[in-house]
Amino acid sequence: MALQSLDITRRSASPTASPQARKTIEIAKLIDVSTCIGCKACQVACSEWNDIREEVGHNIGVYDNPTDLSADAWTVMRFAEEESNGKLEWLIRKDGCMHCADPGCLKACPSPGAIIQYSNGIVDFHQENCIGCGYCVSGCPFNVPRISQKDNKAYKCTMCSDRVAVGQEPACVKTCPTGAIQFGSKEDMKQVAATRVTDLKQRGYDNAGLYDPQGVGGTHVMYVLHHADKPEQYSGLPKDPQISTTVQLWKGWLKPLATIGIAAAGLFGFFHYITVGPNRADDEDDSAANVGRNEEDKA
Amino acid sequence: MKPQLIQRYSAPERINHWIVAVCFILLALSGLAFFYPAFFWLTGVFGTPQLARIIHPFVGVLMFVAFARQFFRYWHHNLLTRDDIQWMKSVKTVMQGHEVGDTGKYNGGQKGMFWMMCACMLVLLVSGIIAWRPYFAIHLPIPLIRVALLAHACAAIALIASIIVHVYAAFWVKGTIRAMVEGVVTHGWAKKHHPRWYREVTGKQK
Repeated sequence: MALQSLDITRRSASPTASPQARKTIEIAKLIDVSTCIGCKACQVACSEWNDIREEVGHNIGVYDNPTDLSADAWTVMRFAEEESNGKLEWLIRKDGCMHCADPGCLKACPSPGAIIQYSNGIVDFHQENCIGCGYCVSGCPFNVPRISQKDNKAYKCTMCSDRVAVGQEPACVKTCPTGAIQFGSKEDMKQVAATRVTDLKQRGYDNAGLYDPQGVGGTHVMYVLHHADKPEQYSGLPKDPQISTTVQLWKGWLKPLATIGIAAAGLFGFFHYITVGPNRADDEDDSAANVGRNEEDKA
Repeated sequence: MKPQLIQRYSAPERINHWIVAVCFILLALSGLAFFYPAFFWLTGVFGTPQLARIIHPFVGVLMFVAFARQFFRYWHHNLLTRDDIQWMKSVKTVMQGHEVGDTGKYNGGQKGMFWMMCACMLVLLVSGIIAWRPYFAIHLPIPLIRVALLAHACAAIALIASIIVHVYAAFWVKGTIRAMVEGVVTHGWAKKHHPRWYREVTGKQK
């Protein structure tokens, strides 16, 4: 772990810099929504590799199963039926952590080292440091982290950081039968996406494009969308995701403001006391009323 | 009690006050730990960071309940009057150690502090419950929790700064801490700082 620890560029709640000497290649996972067939092999591979098992739920009339991300389901397929130009489209999106370059979860986390970002771009949770406050849930613009009801710790997709660390692709990529999920350097993935987008445009998807939202500094999970102009169609993928202003205020300007406020109160008291001095009742009042205050003055 | 001293706070009132005070200190330390990364080690007041996260809200509820008892004890002493406005306007004179107006049980500053604490406590309770995991937050929408977390931090900072002023004022005006520790004040103290209250409790005219 010693070398891998050098690859951590950012830790939650750590005001000073992490080791910066080693640089690893920025990686990305590219999910081509237009070639996904919704087989859920990625879900299975995820739960196999990571040894997590979501409880068997109920069919609610759609293909989504499990119906949502959880501490035991780090990726889920979301199926959306959208009608456009009188044509039904079945939009399937593999949902999970986007591994933002500027992660809201990491910004919000109060516990040092509970959330870390590797120099290759992977954002990982270190549950041994997690205190279960759920701030990461509030910080995330994609509604991804989930707090386990068993241990009150936050979980999400790790991008199989253990596999990537030894030169392997994430389990979902390995298993995808159509090649809809690809993995490589972020640069390479952007090129693969560009080729695919050109292809889609030739096939009549004029608004095809790459989803790599800049509001969070870009992501290390990117989508090729046939309707990149309307990402919301894909089960609510946010159009311009950003760390919420409320979270920015809370984790941003409130800190210096609070420091000034609290320090001002303390310093005011200190300087007031050493300049004006104590406020005693006995000095100017009639002494008759002041019998019995001697002990107090000594104290 | 010596006959020349005046009872200001009964034993139950003092116990009540110090329950709130101890809760406040524990909450402020652990809360600052959650707020400032550099002070995260202050979670140690509750043993471990995880324990601090678990215990903080329960202590918060205890503080609110104890403070609510204080609210019902004191609210009617804290209704603002014309004298209090005068006091607040003359706060500079007060700072120099001079008295302003015919002050009753509490002066304008104390009354302002009382209502400030009430407002902070209420915001802290409501926002704290909204953000409380695992019991309440899981049932509530994330945007609401975000607002609650911001409001909780703002109210906490306002309360901490206010309490610093509260503690300093008690330390500055000699004889005041005794009122909340032993429960008594001297005649001189009462006459100088709370003349109207002094007349009320002693039945004396000027």
